[in-house]
Amino acid sequence: MLNKYPLWKNLVILVALVIGFIYALPNLFPDDYAIQITGARSSTEVNSTVLDRAVKALESEGIEVKSSTLQDRDALIRLTSGEDQLQARPIVQSALSNDYLVALNMAPSTPEWLKSLGAGPMKLGLDLRGGVHFLLEVDMETALNTRLEALSSQIKGDLREERIRYRGGDVEGQRQIVLTFRDEQPRAEAFDLIRDQYNQFLMDERTVDGERQIVLSLSEAEVKSIQEYALEQNLTTIRNRVNELGVAEPLVQRQGADRIIVELPGVQDTAQAKRVLGATANLEFRLEARQDASASEVEEFGFRDNPRRTARLERDVITTGNNVANAQQAFDENGQPQVNITMDSVGGDQMNRATRNAIGRRMAVLFIEFRTETENRMVDGEMTSVDKRVVEKGIISLATIQSALGSSFRITGLDSIPEAAELALLLRAGALAAPMYFVQERTIGPSLGQKNIDAGVMSVALGFGLVLLYMLVYYRGFGLVANVALTLNLMLLIACMSILSATLTLPGIAGIVLTVGMAVDANVLIFERIREELKAGVPPQSAISAGYSRAFVSIFDANITTLLVAVILFAMGSGPVKGFAVTLCLGILTSMFSGLMVSRSIVNFVYGGRKIEKLSIGGKLANV
Amino acid sequence: MSEQENKPFDFMGFRKLASVLSITLLVASVVLLAVRGLNLGMDFTGGTSVEFEYAEAPQLDEIRSTLNEAGYEQFVVQNFGADTTVLVRLAEAGNDELGGEVTDALTAGGANLELISSEFIGSQVGEELREDSGLGLLLALAVVLIYVGMRFQFKFGIASVLPLAHDVIIVLGVFALFQWTFDLTVLAALLAVIGYSLNDTIVVADRIRENFRKMRVGDSWHVINTSIHQTISRTINTSGTTLVVLFALYLFGGEAINNFALALIIGVIVGTYSSIYVSANLLIAFGVSREDLMLPAKEGAADAEEEEQPPEWLNRM
Repeated sequence: MLNKYPLWKNLVILVALVIGFIYALPNLFPDDYAIQITGARSSTEVNSTVLDRAVKALESEGIEVKSSTLQDRDALIRLTSGEDQLQARPIVQSALSNDYLVALNMAPSTPEWLKSLGAGPMKLGLDLRGGVHFLLEVDMETALNTRLEALSSQIKGDLREERIRYRGGDVEGQRQIVLTFRDEQPRAEAFDLIRDQYNQFLMDERTVDGERQIVLSLSEAEVKSIQEYALEQNLTTIRNRVNELGVAEPLVQRQGADRIIVELPGVQDTAQAKRVLGATANLEFRLEARQDASASEVEEFGFRDNPRRTARLERDVITTGNNVANAQQAFDENGQPQVNITMDSVGGDQMNRATRNAIGRRMAVLFIEFRTETENRMVDGEMTSVDKRVVEKGIISLATIQSALGSSFRITGLDSIPEAAELALLLRAGALAAPMYFVQERTIGPSLGQKNIDAGVMSVALGFGLVLLYMLVYYRGFGLVANVALTLNLMLLIACMSILSATLTLPGIAGIVLTVGMAVDANVLIFERIREELKAGVPPQSAISAGYSRAFVSIFDANITTLLVAVILFAMGSGPVKGFAVTLCLGILTSMFSGLMVSRSIVNFVYGGRKIEKLSIGGKLANV
Repeated sequence: MSEQENKPFDFMGFRKLASVLSITLLVASVVLLAVRGLNLGMDFTGGTSVEFEYAEAPQLDEIRSTLNEAGYEQFVVQNFGADTTVLVRLAEAGNDELGGEVTDALTAGGANLELISSEFIGSQVGEELREDSGLGLLLALAVVLIYVGMRFQFKFGIASVLPLAHDVIIVLGVFALFQWTFDLTVLAALLAVIGYSLNDTIVVADRIRENFRKMRVGDSWHVINTSIHQTISRTINTSGTTLVVLFALYLFGGEAINNFALALIIGVIVGTYSSIYVSANLLIAFGVSREDLMLPAKEGAADAEEEEQPPEWLNRM
């Protein structure tokens, strides 16, 4: 028994540790407190003049600027403390106009050479950096009903057009539309018509009290697709609105079938955030005014992308964005970008009536936005923020009507694909597909965040120190080996979390602490085995070898079962529990690597390849 | 090494006493859960909670009367961590504006305070969470049963899962007894307890399996006793290091994870006890024998010996 690792195995371990070291390193550089300046619109550019103005404003208020950088689309000003950061935001916002969004941010201070390797620090969860967390629920019942009602009026319109006589046709409970007919023949005709044109229904014929009826119920697939559409559209709308809030690194993501999570780091004013998220933006379709129209019938609007260009529009609104059912970017026959719009039946009717007599005239799509702007005013010598509701209207498209429009039409004459995509998005984002309400809300103040970080660091450090001491006292030399392995394990765990850009939360820190306590288990098992072998009179080299190989089965079984539980925890857990599960899973994997491979490599390095009399592993018999 | 100079400590001599203890604790826990019930946190019930930091320690009674005057009915006011920190919990789950209203009501009373955190959870979300959590616990136990049943043997599967249920019920019982708040983090701790206790149980079971195959003499009682004796210092050391870090977490981890640490501390202690006295006890009660762990006869004894060896790649390490 020589206990030598082949070179390649040592190299593999070394490489893993070096990689772990590099990717864990960025966590030693704490994030800078920073404020971020971005243009309120994509067309607004942030240039060096803007940045200079902001920096000058800060310096004149006596706030120390650590550094300022101009990036692709935004500018970043780094400050020295969190207090400065809170003061700096209103100062910069008032120095710049409302064309710019000023957001609180944490800027990583990772050195360039590490960044070029793709290394970065772990993200901090809301409970560690402060901010608000919302859970919104989409009212799916309303979404389904709205869609059903739109379909029902469409069907009724079709039946009237075909002169098929019917009664009823309204939406009833259980997501059904019931049509009643006097005779068999109109029912058969209606049946064929609906079957051919509306494939989203399950159709059923029945006779109740001698009356012939058709029962239409939405197919399972259609219900799913309506719900999916409602959620997706609300997500898009919410994303756009979150961007309006000017929050750095916001999180908007769906949860399950009908919920949306919104996390806004750094935001403290939940009231404002909720107002903006719940706000309604809308669209209006209007005809361009004739040259001879009287002034009282005309309104003038600027274009959204270029306020200096204006157009005169009729005061009458043809229809609004509430009636847009869907909008998609597509291409016309010549490969030019266009936007396909589908109106619901009401909107389609209104559109048709207005446009069939207006061929050759131009129609404008007007974007209406209800926004809140924060204005800083001096009141009685004190700076106060006042929230103001602003209605902003801008033309997003003005195009010639080629033919009478119905429920589906397209807007052409767009310059580029991005423009068309943006228009489609704005049309969709114009209104929420279904109402939403807040089902969960959490605000964490910045002071609590810092307190949580301090508590977390303190308990990790203390727990770690005590375990090191325990192992050293109990297992002497081998305890030292376990301690080195444990330290490397902590480093690997942090590296893995950084690479996966997992979010560190307070329960996550608890998971790390727990992992530290449990990670030594593998080494304890091995060392106890080695002691047993020594007691049984096995020579030291063989005892080491036997200890490692015999303990393996136990370590493997024990860790796999724990891993299974951790995976279940991850799958079913929400929010804070997930953070805990992630660290636990990763911790189990890294501790198996460090407990088995790394510690063995060190033991081999110290004892391997030579004749030894005794091992420094504590216990009475071992030292004999 | 089965030839120990000193006779193994007679762990199983206490098995009757341990059985009585375990059953008493279990019955007491179930009764407590049924009578007092868990003090479910807001995660599960829904509601609103607001945390304030006062400039100087306030009188909780004054806060209560201020809120009473403002027209609130079901609420709890308590210190949270420090005497300047106050937590107000309201039962109403339907209104997501409550947090702000409470803040306004208290600041209107002239108090100098800072809002530290506020939380609102709809009652439906809480209800769903309650269901999911129960389901998750059961799923975890089922998966463990299947894995251990496959990897070892069915009797071992049962003997590993029952102690886990035992641990979970006793921790829940303690939480019911002291009416500590049971929230999402405590649930996470419970699942971690399952993981930990399982880890412990498997190590002991693993040694029992090994010894059954290796020791040609002695009855099950003797084999199990020897196995526990051989693993006891490992059990104590691992529990020791884990408990050490948990106490660090309990003392310094902050108010938010106090109950998390508490649940784990109790769980680790009970889990350590159960891997010896519940799991091994059950194995004896099930009459586990050498034959249960022998591989099918046609593969012969040589195979049985081989199966016990770690994989070949490990020997090269």
